Amino acid sequence: MKKYQNLLLLAGVIVLLVVPLLLVEKSPPTPGQQEVEIFAGADGQAKDLVVEIQPNYKPWFQPILEPPSGEIESLLFALQAALGAGFLGYYLGSAVTAARIRQKS
Amino acid sequence: MHIMEGFLPVSHAVGWSLASLPFVGYGLHVIKKILQERPQQRMLLGVATAFTFVLSALKMPSVTGSCSHPTGTGLGAILFGPVVMAPIGLVVLFFQALLLAHGGLTTLGANVFSMGIVGPFAAYGIFRLSRGLGLPFGLSVFLAAAMADLLTYITTSVQLAWAFPDPSGGFAASFLKFAGIFAITQIPLAISEGLLTVVVANTLKRFNSSELQEMKVLASQEVRV
Repeated sequence: MKKYQNLLLLAGVIVLLVVPLLLVEKSPPTPGQQEVEIFAGADGQAKDLVVEIQPNYKPWFQPILEPPSGEIESLLFALQAALGAGFLGYYLGSAVTAARIRQKS
Repeated sequence: MHIMEGFLPVSHAVGWSLASLPFVGYGLHVIKKILQERPQQRMLLGVATAFTFVLSALKMPSVTGSCSHPTGTGLGAILFGPVVMAPIGLVVLFFQALLLAHGGLTTLGANVFSMGIVGPFAAYGIFRLSRGLGLPFGLSVFLAAAMADLLTYITTSVQLAWAFPDPSGGFAASFLKFAGIFAITQIPLAISEGLLTVVVANTLKRFNSSELQEMKVLASQEVRV
C-alpha cells in the first residue's frame, strides 16, 4: 500500500480531472444566441460579474501586452509549466542518483 | 484567482500593493539567508518554486463547468515557512501579468496577497496544527495544501466583493456571488492540489529526510536511516 501510495494519489488526481469532463454537458444553444461556452476560465467569469454588479465601472488600465491568440497564450502557459517540470525532473534524477551512490558505498 | 488588469479601483489596487510589500521584502530577506547559511537547502527551494510554476500554469476543468488553476504555494510554505512564498508568488504572477495578460500589474498586489501570502500562511498554520495534533505527515500535507488553495480563492472573492459590493445586498451578497464562481469551482482543484503536494512531499521525505528533519518538517523518529 505504502509502496503504491504515490501512484494511487496520481490516479486520484486523474479521476478528479476526468469526472467534470464527463459530467458537464453542453446545453444546446438557444436560437439567436451565441453558442454556450463550457469550461471557460473562472477569472473571466469574475470579470463579467464585476461588469454586471457595476455596469458603469471602467477598467482604468489595460494589459501592456496581450497574447495575439489563444495558441500563443497556451504556448506561454506550456512554457511556464515546462520550466517548472524540467526542474522537478532534474531534482528527481539527481536525488535518485545520489541515493544509489550512497547505497553502493 | 487572477483579478484582471484594471479591475480594482485605484485605492484598492494601491492598498493591496502596500499590504503585500512588507511580506515580499521580508520573504526576499529570508530567501537570501537560506541561500547563504544553508546552501544544502537550495535544491528544495528550487523544488518549491518549480512546483508553483507547474501548478499555477495548469488550468483544470471543474464540476461547475468552468476552469481554474491550483496555486502550488502550500509545499514551499510547509518547507520554508510562509513568507518565502510571497516573492516566489510575485515572480509567477508578474510573468503571467506581463506576458499573458492574465491578472495585471495594477492588480498584482491584490493577487500576491491572496496567492503568495494568505494561502501560504494558511498552509503553514494548518500543517503545524495538524502535526501538533499528531496527524500523520501525508494527511497534514494534504490538508495544508488543499486549504491553502481554497483560501486563496476565497480571499480573491473577498477582495472583489469589497471593491464591488452588490447595489442591494452589499458586501455579503457580492461575496456569495464571487465565491460561487471561485470557491465552488476550486473545491475539486484544491483536492487535486492536496494530492499532488503529498506526492512531492513523499518524494522529498524519501530522498531528503535529513534536510526535512533539519527544517523541522519531519520529526526525528519519522526519518528512515
